[in-house]
Amino acid sequence: MGETHFKRMKDLPSTHLLGTGTPMCAGCGGLQALHEIYDILGEKTVFINAAGCMTLLSVYPFTPFRGSWLYTAMAAAPASAQGVRDALDILKEKKAISEEEDLLPVVLTGDGSAYGMGLNATSGALERNLDFLYICYDNEGYGNSGQQYSGATPHAARTATSKGPLGFSGFKKDLFAIWAAHKPSYVATVIGSEPLDLARKIEKAKQLKGSRLIITLAPCPTGWGFDPKESINIGKLAVKTGIWPLKEYINGEIVHTKIPHSRLPVEDYLKTQERFDHLFKPARNEKLINEIQDSVNSYWETLTN
Amino acid sequence: MTRKLLTGNAAAAWAARLAHVDYMPVFPITPQTEIIETLATWIDDKQMTGRLVTLESEHSMISAAGAGAATGVRTFTATSSQGLLYGMEMIYTVAGWRAPFVMVNVSRGLSAPITLEPDHNDIMAARDGGFLQIHCATCQEVLDSTLMAFRLAEDERVRLPVIVNEDGFYLSFTREPVEIPDSLKAADFVGEYQTENMKFRASAPSSQAVAVLGGGPYSYFRYELHLAAKKSLSVYREIAQEFTELFGRSHDVIENYRCEDADYVLVMMGCFATKAKAAVDSLREAGWKIGLLRPRLIRPFPGEDFCELLAGKKAVAIIDQNISMGKGGVLHAELISELYGNADSPEIIASFIGGLGGRDISQEEFFEIAKVLKDAVLKGEVPPPRLLYTENELRQLKKLQAIAHVEREELNSHG
Repeated sequence: MGETHFKRMKDLPSTHLLGTGTPMCAGCGGLQALHEIYDILGEKTVFINAAGCMTLLSVYPFTPFRGSWLYTAMAAAPASAQGVRDALDILKEKKAISEEEDLLPVVLTGDGSAYGMGLNATSGALERNLDFLYICYDNEGYGNSGQQYSGATPHAARTATSKGPLGFSGFKKDLFAIWAAHKPSYVATVIGSEPLDLARKIEKAKQLKGSRLIITLAPCPTGWGFDPKESINIGKLAVKTGIWPLKEYINGEIVHTKIPHSRLPVEDYLKTQERFDHLFKPARNEKLINEIQDSVNSYWETLTN
Repeated sequence: MTRKLLTGNAAAAWAARLAHVDYMPVFPITPQTEIIETLATWIDDKQMTGRLVTLESEHSMISAAGAGAATGVRTFTATSSQGLLYGMEMIYTVAGWRAPFVMVNVSRGLSAPITLEPDHNDIMAARDGGFLQIHCATCQEVLDSTLMAFRLAEDERVRLPVIVNEDGFYLSFTREPVEIPDSLKAADFVGEYQTENMKFRASAPSSQAVAVLGGGPYSYFRYELHLAAKKSLSVYREIAQEFTELFGRSHDVIENYRCEDADYVLVMMGCFATKAKAAVDSLREAGWKIGLLRPRLIRPFPGEDFCELLAGKKAVAIIDQNISMGKGGVLHAELISELYGNADSPEIIASFIGGLGGRDISQEEFFEIAKVLKDAVLKGEVPPPRLLYTENELRQLKKLQAIAHVEREELNSHG
């Protein structure tokens, strides 16, 4: 694999491929990441989408994509990618199409599909080492239906189905580890507010063959409760507090690509979002804040051991 | 052309082979599995080309099949029963994509209670999804219908997936003499899949199956699908005519068995209709003017054909090998809706349900059905729907329950 083209911010693509005017919410962290990803992947792609917020990117008869798009169903995107990939391979083998006509199947789903309903189909695709790219925009809940908790919701977050004083009682599922356990070609976490790290990972994923999977944390103004203009700041805080570790799995190893030395306290991140208001108001819930801080600390401490 | 003893499953596999399918996303389920095992063996032995991929569920299998067809390759798959239901979301979805491919369903009763033996509740559940449905009664028909199904699905006036249905065990595992068409002739008949605008290519970006907002665009696409399905009836007739000219076998929309001068008509789908044929022959010998109609196409529903064939008849018995809980036989309801309002429709239209979970329908039961029709005509009264079940069957069931109770008591007393 060659050197990265993205050494500094000014190396990032200056022309943007994804059209504007989509019905995504203002300040959508998922759309921000998708813009950055699409600039690097380019139009020789077919986006295969599962039910979620981004299903509304392409509403008949308009699309922001210069390349192709197929909407499937919530659990079916990796299986549909299998069908597209197999068909293109068959056509190439038969010399019915040239190499230039080939496309990269890109599965695009939210966390609801990726962490839950679609996980079976993803596992199957990884068993078969399907040659595709998976992008999960993770806004930590079933966002398109009004932010109910999902397998991606963090501990203590208030959602439309966890409105009690302690928020969500469960814990965020480690999808990165589940994906990596299948030993695919590449797994990475990214975030739109760290565009250089994102660009390098997408560039790397694009050059590889086999199954490549990306989870982008998607700060969600409507679901998490913050002013859309704070989206990038909140993304940066997710990294600086150590809540969203930027990492990649390649050749059997996990490498952290941006280690936050002198991590900021988690409450700097939590305080920015209404979904964690109950940790601070009416009274500060020291125990729960500490629990969240401890779990972040223990994640990073295990790494240095 | 060669003549061989083939199971229904082998006949289905032969049709896929003769059609030179490119892509076979599959998933095993009894009693369908022999189809995919046969194809896999042929591919391993290099007797046929094409790519066979085992998915991890029928939901994924139908997704992959739809996506393969939407990308522009000839696609075949097969399922049964629980598998068809597990994939049901994608049945509706890929039909909406207008993805043309062929799926064989090997009918099997639905859980619960779980069973392996056949009835038509699985395939009837897929009735409204947009797949066309061809129902077979012999192994030869399975092969011929599957070949024709590729033509029908891929026809530019249709562009819909097609299910070819065969009954589990009675056809799937039963060997019958089957004529295997000459491979060049078959390939010529099926032709190439002309994908037209249905494809994904770098030089021609396209968006398929995008969301709509509002009922206007939604209704537009749903009506288009419905009208294409309706249109497919005349397209099927063309294809069947061509098939007859090439191969000498005719497969009408509805099989008409001795109905021309009949006063009484039995209506049945699938291979149990061959039992009804035997009963018709016996009754004819005894002087009855009786016949059988067996619809091969259920979607599109051949309503006008039925109206013509049943015009002026005294009485009809629709024997459903399915049951819509709280309503009754599906074919009965569908056929009545077609006959309603026609001046020369039969006055007596009776409903019978039988053959669930592979339960036999005996010749005596067919004779009884004929008698019910005759009595109804004499009385001028439509008889109530009947669920076929004999006293002896009930006795056998009670006996089993009694044995189980005695066993339990004995175990308890020793325990």
